[in-house]
Amino acid sequence: MRVLMFGWEFPPHIAGGLGTACYGMTRGLARNGVDVTFVMPRASGDEDQRFVHVVNASDIDAVYSNVDGGLDDLMDKISFIRIDSNIVPYITPEEYREYHDEFVKSGRKVWETHDIWSQRYTFSGKYGANLMEEVARYAIVAAQVARELEGQFDVIHAHDWLTYYAGIAAKRVSGKPLVVHMHATEYDRSGENINTQTYAIERAGMEAADKVIAVSNLTRRIVIERYGIPADKVVTVHNAVRFAEGADSTPEERGVKDKIVTFLGRITYQKGPDYFVEAAAKVLKRVPNVRFVMAGSGDMMNHVIRRVARLGIADRFHFTGFLRGEDVHKMFRLSDVYIMPSVSEPFGISPLEAMRSNVPVIISKQSGVAEVLDYAIKVDYWDVDAMADAIYGLITYPALSHMFAQKGLEEVTGLKWNNAATKIKDIYQEVIDKNQKN
Amino acid sequence: MKTICLYFQVHQPWRLKTYRFFNMGKDHNYLDDLTNRAIMQKVARQCYLPMNALLLKLIKENKGKFRCSFSLTGTVVEQFKAYAPEVLNSFKALAETGCVEFLAETYSHSLSSLASKEDFTEQVKLHTAMIKKEFGLKPTAFRNTELIYSDEIGAQVAEMGFKVMLAEGAKHVLGWKSPDFVYTNAIDQKLRLLLRNYKLSDDIAFRFSNQGWSEYPLTADKYASWLAGETGEIINLFMDYETFGEHQKANTGILDFVKALPAAILKNGDMEFETVTKAAEKHQPISVLHCPHVMSWADEERDVTAWLGNELQNEAFSKLYALKDKVKALKNKDFDYVWNFMQTSDHFYYMATKWLSDGDVHSYFNPYGSSYEAFINYMNVLSDFEIEVEKALEAKQSRKKVKTA
Repeated sequence: MRVLMFGWEFPPHIAGGLGTACYGMTRGLARNGVDVTFVMPRASGDEDQRFVHVVNASDIDAVYSNVDGGLDDLMDKISFIRIDSNIVPYITPEEYREYHDEFVKSGRKVWETHDIWSQRYTFSGKYGANLMEEVARYAIVAAQVARELEGQFDVIHAHDWLTYYAGIAAKRVSGKPLVVHMHATEYDRSGENINTQTYAIERAGMEAADKVIAVSNLTRRIVIERYGIPADKVVTVHNAVRFAEGADSTPEERGVKDKIVTFLGRITYQKGPDYFVEAAAKVLKRVPNVRFVMAGSGDMMNHVIRRVARLGIADRFHFTGFLRGEDVHKMFRLSDVYIMPSVSEPFGISPLEAMRSNVPVIISKQSGVAEVLDYAIKVDYWDVDAMADAIYGLITYPALSHMFAQKGLEEVTGLKWNNAATKIKDIYQEVIDKNQKN
Repeated sequence: MKTICLYFQVHQPWRLKTYRFFNMGKDHNYLDDLTNRAIMQKVARQCYLPMNALLLKLIKENKGKFRCSFSLTGTVVEQFKAYAPEVLNSFKALAETGCVEFLAETYSHSLSSLASKEDFTEQVKLHTAMIKKEFGLKPTAFRNTELIYSDEIGAQVAEMGFKVMLAEGAKHVLGWKSPDFVYTNAIDQKLRLLLRNYKLSDDIAFRFSNQGWSEYPLTADKYASWLAGETGEIINLFMDYETFGEHQKANTGILDFVKALPAAILKNGDMEFETVTKAAEKHQPISVLHCPHVMSWADEERDVTAWLGNELQNEAFSKLYALKDKVKALKNKDFDYVWNFMQTSDHFYYMATKWLSDGDVHSYFNPYGSSYEAFINYMNVLSDFEIEVEKALEAKQSRKKVKTA
């Protein structure tokens, strides 16, 4: 079985769960005997006018490659194609416009954002003037790729709305069935004030698809109820986590004696950073020997910093900015408690990564990952008292944190990409069979 | 006879390096040595050395008729010693002419006058001791960081034994009154005040090279005629020393302007140069100056909101001074050193969020991308310093216990 996948570059190059999920899933599929042609956007920004680059697997950075030889063992199953595009995961049309304006103002041919506190965006004249244009341009190149690969794949799999047009285009030129993967919905990102263009693309992608994969039942429900997709077309496949033995067993040398409570993620509305701050202030009133760390960047960062200053806890509440690669793991290893207070989280891979590093986690009930975890403390994102209670308990009672760390590690070890990939493979088979019948 | 009182402020902060959360507890070198050295040596080359040489020449040529005053912060003197000892020597040469007065101020260019009387007094004592050691002089006049002044602060300065203090000739304090006279503090009338004539000072400091200014180009003769036209008894021209060659680069002609200025002023016959203390003694105070609220020489508002105007700055400030007693109890030179450079007002200036009217000046001096970055970096350093202070205190106390046992 051969799949043409429109995914996202692997960590450490880009941020967040999307790249991590693509990486784990691709490996799992390869292990299950699926051949994967992996297409991803990458801005070259230079004057190289080729739109498509075939890339060696050895040139692909992966976050765990140093641990077990990376992709070497699965090399013959996966091939990579890079399309020159500046779309990056999670970018919103508004952000894109803002950066594009700056690019135009700069008068330069190639322009990159300089903010060290966030991930990098590259702009140049060859990319779209707005995000929708760029998404459409990406789709045109994707169709070209699909035409050239004719007869070399049986099914198409597209991740997140930015690649849905690419998936649809590939389906049109090849006649192969399409699976779209909902890692997040516009309602997760924006609350009720959705961007209707984004919504429309998500919906078009799901309508054109033969099957929709949702990362949690939470997301599946949203897809059915708010996008009007027929229930029998939507399947939940929970994400998993890569577990490389011995990867995180070396404890990080600690500089500070205090307990460390960590939030790691984009500092945006969706992630509930402000609830974390309020809970931190409550905990600090009771126990002095604890520090809070907010790792990441995002549009709510300045607001959060101000709130921390106003609460008078800035000597105990630290910001690291945007973390890349090894720093992410370092942060996990340094943590005593990991917290993900998301207002709306389709899945949320990061708690699994924390658990893998032996860190007990607190997650919001409004997250997809809550569906698969027993050994995590679950609270409502808005219930800062419960959150403060949970933090207090985990840092004050060693028995409790021990139990969560140990059982959590066992639990997370059971969440294998192999299993998720098996389910995905079955879905491929189903749509391929159905497609051939028609 | 009208007195021209020239005063120059010389200061460089110790800039912090990018200090991340991961450094905490492990790395206690907080300074960006490379940047500090590079800036000091650049400013020495462009400003301090050529200007000191020029002033020395002017003093000798005019045989005691050209005089001026300086204040050097403790941090800038530390940097001279580390990176540009020849600059310190050239200041010593100026001191030996007897035509240059060195003022007292806070050691770290700090905001200690806004923290407490105790912190303030300590900072001033430190600075006075430094001036005594380096130049063999005991300062009689005082200038506070950024000309921060209020009735209260003035009274404290008088109590420390100073006769004269500098302040801003701020419009909202003076009203219809002119800055060109000697005033006294409202609480202790023995303290004389010299007020900066900000218009004439800024003509040099800010407008000199502005080609859009209607008076451009400014010549020494033109400027001398403006001074002659002022109606008061004393004209106080206070500015950053870095104006000459650094903010206004040499190619603007600023050094030539300075070279020609003494002759242009002295040939008038009705104007003289004097150092701060002597200038204040020469003229009778004409009135008390009421200044119940704190003012400074910064920005359009002439207040302290550039340093303590938002929640970030207030938080950093209160967290810093909360450490005071612990640092003092340690009596350890290394800790005092950090304690001093952490107090420097520039760190708080970088955290300012008032970017409207004076954004240009703020961003010129700011090494950080945003006030938030400045705040995060400062708090990371301060948090580590706090941890180290606590550790050292514990060690000290346990040693004591061993001794008594």
